[in-house]
Parts: sequence; structure tokens; C-alpha cells
Amino acid sequence: MSENVQHHIAIYKKVAAALAVLTVLTVAVSYIDFGVALGIIVALIIAATKGSLVLSFFMHLLDEKKSVPLSRNGIGLIIGSLIITALFFLVIIFVPLMGHADRVGDYYTLPNANAPTVETPPAH
Amino acid sequence: MDIPYIVDERPDTGLTNVKLGIWLFLASEVMLFGALFSSYVLLRLMAPERPVGSEVLNVPMGTFNTAVLIGSSVTMVFAYASLQMDDLAGFKKFMGATIVLSLVFMVVKGFEYTHEFQIGNFPWTNTYLAIYFTMTGLHALHIIGGVIVNAYFLGPGSKMWATNKTQFTNRIEAAGLYWHFVDLVWIFLFPVLYLL
Repeated sequence: MSENVQHHIAIYKKVAAALAVLTVLTVAVSYIDFGVALGIIVALIIAATKGSLVLSFFMHLLDEKKSVPLSRNGIGLIIGSLIITALFFLVIIFVPLMGHADRVGDYYTLPNANAPTVETPPAH
Repeated sequence: MDIPYIVDERPDTGLTNVKLGIWLFLASEVMLFGALFSSYVLLRLMAPERPVGSEVLNVPMGTFNTAVLIGSSVTMVFAYASLQMDDLAGFKKFMGATIVLSLVFMVVKGFEYTHEFQIGNFPWTNTYLAIYFTMTGLHALHIIGGVIVNAYFLGPGSKMWATNKTQFTNRIEAAGLYWHFVDLVWIFLFPVLYLL
């Protein structure tokens, strides 16, 4: 037990150091002008790296893979529920993008607005 | 009546109910914050123009708070490791440090909010500030909740160590999982609101 914990503590220290370095990196890259799109991607990649370090080691998610799953060949309840959550999370994040991509409700002028228009026949 | 499977693992799930419960709760929290991140993306994409976070907010203060919160996550995990090594004094030391760091985070956040209010930046000033105050405010509420729970475990809650070590250790593991989640949310909030 104690040796196992000592092993964990050594990992915690390394993860803490990595998180510190990545935090500095987050701020440092924000001063580099990558352009908006690449800037967002770089910032989110660093954040995702930090997040997965916290999840894997501080929250012991890597060890949870070993816990006995519902069916012996399954992936375990924690990982399983997190995968479902991640799917819902992706959907919720992409909802605005889908809303942004469609043109319903936009008041944009059509490109051929100056072209002669066809008179709509009066309704009978 | 005792709640079952808080010390022993349930044979079918392979988990204690404590651990499964906290993970399901955190999954619901992902959806809560996910909806707000989604709103942020929508508002940002739809905005004809928007302020740059680093020009409105104080990046050094935000960076400092990021370091403080990650530090508190580190002390939390050491508090849990201390209990696993049968070291209650070590637990109290690290849990105390976690609470102090959480309070430092809140004080810095308080300074930031006060500064925003002084220069006339309120949640109703513009959409960017609205989502900033909503997301950081909800996150701050989570910090306050965590401090209350952690303070309980440092104080009266630690009496359980004398009667049931495993149950107390499991409780600290659950509190730790919640605390790391709060840290995790901030890891994404900081670049999204302050830097992008």
C-alpha cells in the first residue's frame, strides 16, 4: 500500500510541474500573434493537455480502467458514463456552430440585390 | 440504516457507491458548464465585434489565480495520499493548505470583480461581460461550496478517522474529485475568457 502511494506521490509531483510549465506556456503563446483561428486552436490544445493531466492522474481516471466493469468485458461504469457525457458535451458545443452555419433568419442582402427584380404578380 | 457499499465495493459495479455517485454528479456538472461554454461560443460567433479578453481583464491576476488553483489541486491530492499513508497530521496540513489557497483565489477574484465594478464594467454592460460574470460567478460558487465541504472535513468531519478510516479516506477522495473538477473548469475558463 505505502509503496504504491509513494509511487503515486512521485507522479503527482511530476504532473504538478507539468501543469506549472503549461500554465506559463498558455500565457506565453497568447502574446504570439497566430491569428484568431490558430490562436484558439493552440490555446485549447494546451488547455486540453492540462485538463487530461488533471483527469488522468489527480482524478485517477487511468486507474479506473482497472475497476471491475458491469460486464467483465466492458469498460467500467465511470469511463462508460464519461464517454456518454463527452458525446452529449460535443453535441452541446456544436449546436451553436450548426446554428451559425445555417442562414435561417439572416437579414443579409443577397449578392444580386441590384439585379432587376421580377415583379411578383399581385395575389388574387 | 447504513448506506450500503460506502466502504466495500459493490460486486457488480466494482466501485463504492461514493465514487460512482461523485462521478455521476461531475458528469451532470460537465453538462451545466458545457451549456455555458456552448452559449459563449454562440455569442462569440454571432457578435459583429467583441472586446479582447486580455484588454478588458487583468491577465497577470488571472495567471496568478490559475497557479493558485492548480496548487490547491496539488495539495488536495497530497491530502488524500497522506490518509492512504495513515498520516492524519499530514492530511490536516495539506487540507489546510488547500483551503487557504482556495480563499486566496476568492480574494483575488474579489479584487478583480471590484476593479471591474469601479470602472463601470457590470454584467449588463455588454454581452462579453455578461458571459464573463456568469461563468466566473458560477465557478466561484463552486469554489465556495468546495471550501465549505473541505473545511468540514478538516474540522468536525475528521472525527470519523478515529472510527472508520476507510470511509473517511473515501470521503476525501470524493471531495478531491470534486475539487479537481473545479480546477479543471478553471483551466478552460482562463484561456477562453482572459486570453482569446
